Amino acid sequence: MHLLENRGFVHPHASEITPRDAYLRRRELLARFATGAAGLALAGWAGREALAQTTRPNKLAALPGARSAVAGAVTMEKPTAYVDVTGYNNFYEFGTDKDDPAKNAHTLKTRPWTVAVEGEVKKPKVFDIDELLKLSPMEERIYRMRCVEGWSMVVPWVGYSLSELIKRVEPTGNAKYVEFVTQADPKTMPFVGSRVLDWPYVEGLRLDEAMHPLALLTFGLYGEVLPNQNGAPVRMVLPWKYGFKSGKSIVKIRFVEKEPGTAWNKAARNEYGFYSNVNPNVDHPRWSQATERRIGEDNIFAKKRPTLMFNGYEAQVGQLYAGMDLKKFY
Amino acid sequence: MRGTPVRPELVEGLVASVGQRFDRLGPNGAGARRRKPLLLRPLAKPVLFVACLLPFAWLLYGAISSVYGVNTLGANPAETLIRATGDWTLRFLCITLAVTPLRQWFKQPSLARFRRMLGLFTFFYACVHFLCYSWLDMGLVFDDIVRDIPKRPFILVGTSALLLMTALALTSFNRAIKWLGAARWQALHRAIYAIALLAILHFFWMRAAKHNFAEVAVYAAIITGLLGWRAWGRWRDRTQPAVSSSSTP
Repeated sequence: MHLLENRGFVHPHASEITPRDAYLRRRELLARFATGAAGLALAGWAGREALAQTTRPNKLAALPGARSAVAGAVTMEKPTAYVDVTGYNNFYEFGTDKDDPAKNAHTLKTRPWTVAVEGEVKKPKVFDIDELLKLSPMEERIYRMRCVEGWSMVVPWVGYSLSELIKRVEPTGNAKYVEFVTQADPKTMPFVGSRVLDWPYVEGLRLDEAMHPLALLTFGLYGEVLPNQNGAPVRMVLPWKYGFKSGKSIVKIRFVEKEPGTAWNKAARNEYGFYSNVNPNVDHPRWSQATERRIGEDNIFAKKRPTLMFNGYEAQVGQLYAGMDLKKFY
Repeated sequence: MRGTPVRPELVEGLVASVGQRFDRLGPNGAGARRRKPLLLRPLAKPVLFVACLLPFAWLLYGAISSVYGVNTLGANPAETLIRATGDWTLRFLCITLAVTPLRQWFKQPSLARFRRMLGLFTFFYACVHFLCYSWLDMGLVFDDIVRDIPKRPFILVGTSALLLMTALALTSFNRAIKWLGAARWQALHRAIYAIALLAILHFFWMRAAKHNFAEVAVYAAIITGLLGWRAWGRWRDRTQPAVSSSSTP
């Protein structure tokens, strides 16, 4: 009797006896635990693959991209949450507060959409957005994004190198610069017409910068098409430059001989240079650029993290600026 | 009284006696004695005190919860904290400056009881604002702060306003009036007008970066109204001294 008691088959109190239905569901429970554990293990294992295919937020149409093979195109840093990437940004056509684009950009019409590629090219062409989407295979690139205001994010973009498009239109010998003209429609963009900037918002690159494989013609983020507030349906992303250099909702790409006048350069020449490469050693006239706050990562009391030369892409883009005085060409 | 220098007997503490007298006579005679006017009830001050602390409590809750990953303050809680504390400083400054005009327009002399508390809350929010800037933006690195102040004109202007406010806060208690003498105390406390102008310049300059002046214009209009009303009263008193004391409590 004593032995049996120790084995747990004899209980002195009825309350200590496992109820019959719970007893009968033991296997079901065990099975559930087992799959749960296996699921977790699998998730960890699959996570390494998932870096190339970030989890979709299931908000918009899917736009998958293969993991990019371009050097420096996939940082291992933790991507900023979708809600922050799409809820905290600058897109002055929809307002100057950083939650304005998310609030107001629903009015933007992204279909039909064409991008005119013109100027000093042998094959000028007006591309339909659907044609651009099929022009070259989509890649997922996880880039750091450093805003001139002193904050940064890590964003999984989807697109392909702008050079793919440039090669197809064949720039002439006169093409020295590329100008990006963005949408400026006062009917769908409530702040176009405000006196903040000259509209349309124009940005520009030197041709060799535009040809750099990291210069991304971007159609999506987080495995889906771009939300309106992030520059749908097509924008530029230049990870080694301050964010404002990456024009959103592009309607025209012009190849020109002279350096184009860019929106912020025209608004405040001494504050925003044509190059605007991320550079911790050249301060903005009104604030330091030596450090940055990573959105969603550093807690408010943490020290801001140091900003890296060319936003950490010096190995890839440094040679574009060899011999240039970056204090002069800021 | 409109536009003339603020008289020391209006300063709280001394004003309490005015309030009591007012209460005894009552605005509607003896019948009013049973129920004191809201503004004169003993609870009025603690209630206002707690109300003034609510924005701070909300921001403090947001700051602490953001550390634990709960974001009530948006994607960039540090920026939200710095801006919100600045906004609240401006709001309290406007409310403080509005006490005297409201007191006279609505013939509510007892409003003066709350002026010092409101002024000190303006100072409190300015201090929290400065703390947020020096901690969340500058990482409490003293050298960086000292270098940043002259580098950015709007920071210099804001810091000057805070220093002036400190002088007013340090002389805000009754005994300071006796020490300084009423006239000198008043002269010193008129610095609130300079503080208001510096505060609005600070805000304007900050927003100038984005040419975003919509909110600045609202505060500028309120402050212009509040200071303009005083200037106008002063000018009127000078030209028509006979009507000047009509609204004195």
